[in-house]
Amino acid sequence: MDTTLRITSARAGSDFVARIEKVSGQKLLACYQCGKCSAGCPMAAYMDVLPNQIIRLAQLGMQEQLLAARSIWMCVSCLTCNSRCPKDIKIAEVIESLRMTALRDGQRNDHLNIMELSPEARAVLPPIATISAMRKLTS
Amino acid sequence: MGNENKPMKLVYYPGCTLKNQATNFDVSTVSSMAKLDVEVEEMAQWNCCGTVHALDSDNVMNRVAPITNLIRVKEANASEFMTSCAMCYNTLKRANIDVKQRADALETINDFLSLEKTKYEGDVDVLHLLEYLRDRVGFDKLAERVTKPLKGLRVACYYGCLLVRPKEVAFDDVENPMVMENLVRALGATPVDFSYKTECCGAYQTVDKPEVIAGRTDKIMGSAHEEQADLVVVSCPLCAFNLDFRQDDAKRLNPDFHNMPVLYFTQLMALAFGCDESALRFDLQHIDPLPALAARGLG
Repeated sequence: MDTTLRITSARAGSDFVARIEKVSGQKLLACYQCGKCSAGCPMAAYMDVLPNQIIRLAQLGMQEQLLAARSIWMCVSCLTCNSRCPKDIKIAEVIESLRMTALRDGQRNDHLNIMELSPEARAVLPPIATISAMRKLTS
Repeated sequence: MGNENKPMKLVYYPGCTLKNQATNFDVSTVSSMAKLDVEVEEMAQWNCCGTVHALDSDNVMNRVAPITNLIRVKEANASEFMTSCAMCYNTLKRANIDVKQRADALETINDFLSLEKTKYEGDVDVLHLLEYLRDRVGFDKLAERVTKPLKGLRVACYYGCLLVRPKEVAFDDVENPMVMENLVRALGATPVDFSYKTECCGAYQTVDKPEVIAGRTDKIMGSAHEEQADLVVVSCPLCAFNLDFRQDDAKRLNPDFHNMPVLYFTQLMALAFGCDESALRFDLQHIDPLPALAARGLG
């Protein structure tokens, strides 16, 4: 992602915003950017766009930046953000709806290829690891 | 407790990982429950729970796997069942809550499962073993059955995410759960205060990003080490894999990392109840717990 971000409200009412709100069941405009979600996120260190920034970009309908973010594939739905949000926004649900938007585009935009792992690596993994990863990261 | 001698029956859902890498969790669950006069009966024809709850509200398909299991419970003429795996518990319980709240989603699932003889009507309760032990068996009874008190053993109880989040599935305080500490105390051990007990282990990122898990394991196990714990107990086979098997990666990341055994809470129960090695299966642990136990005169 570019380090310079041009913010515009031109797409705030777009179909993309409406779809994210519908699929996640969340009201994005409730967020007042306190940053508690990012402060407690165990994956924040591995993210390019922090959870509170994801909500801001989603409010503004910045689809391309969101779907290209590494962050949406790093979130593991631990729900720490959800449980700490003072506005009761379920940030993990918003991130899941972004992942699913990317995975449902018909392009097999998968973010995990199990067959690329070595047979040794595959052999030690418990079924819950591989199944959950495939459910969250593949179409 | 009614008739002390009459065994209680309980339908048991083991889940996939307890039949694969985590057979130590399975055998220790069944053996320790037998010592508590609870006869656990493995559900017939159970299937994978789905492992994760789909957070996208329009994804009804991912509810099919957990709901099929709830149908199997009904077919066993039961209205509740128990699982000891935190991941299965969370997924099954969330799907159950979801379909109870959304009649349209339940109808879609029942339509999809039209070849099933039984319809699901939201009429099965999902229980976690810890909740069952606390509320039905009681920790007093647990303490009575201890033949080998775990005296002096310092235990860090790790809950991770799935037993406490979201709050709708939690059966204890979400910020500071104590059910495992109380269980460990009933076994004669000393629970330690442990600030990372509800921190995420990194979950399925372990599949292709072990370096990420190394960082989480270093922090979580490091916190237990600071509290001078002898070992960590868990209720989730994915947490167990990350905290135990990924310790080699944590050691590569941080040379000061101290290896520490990770056990299932059921293994600690089986140990205190005097079960033999076939019920403990310590051979499946990556970090051998025997030296830590021997240092406290146990094992």
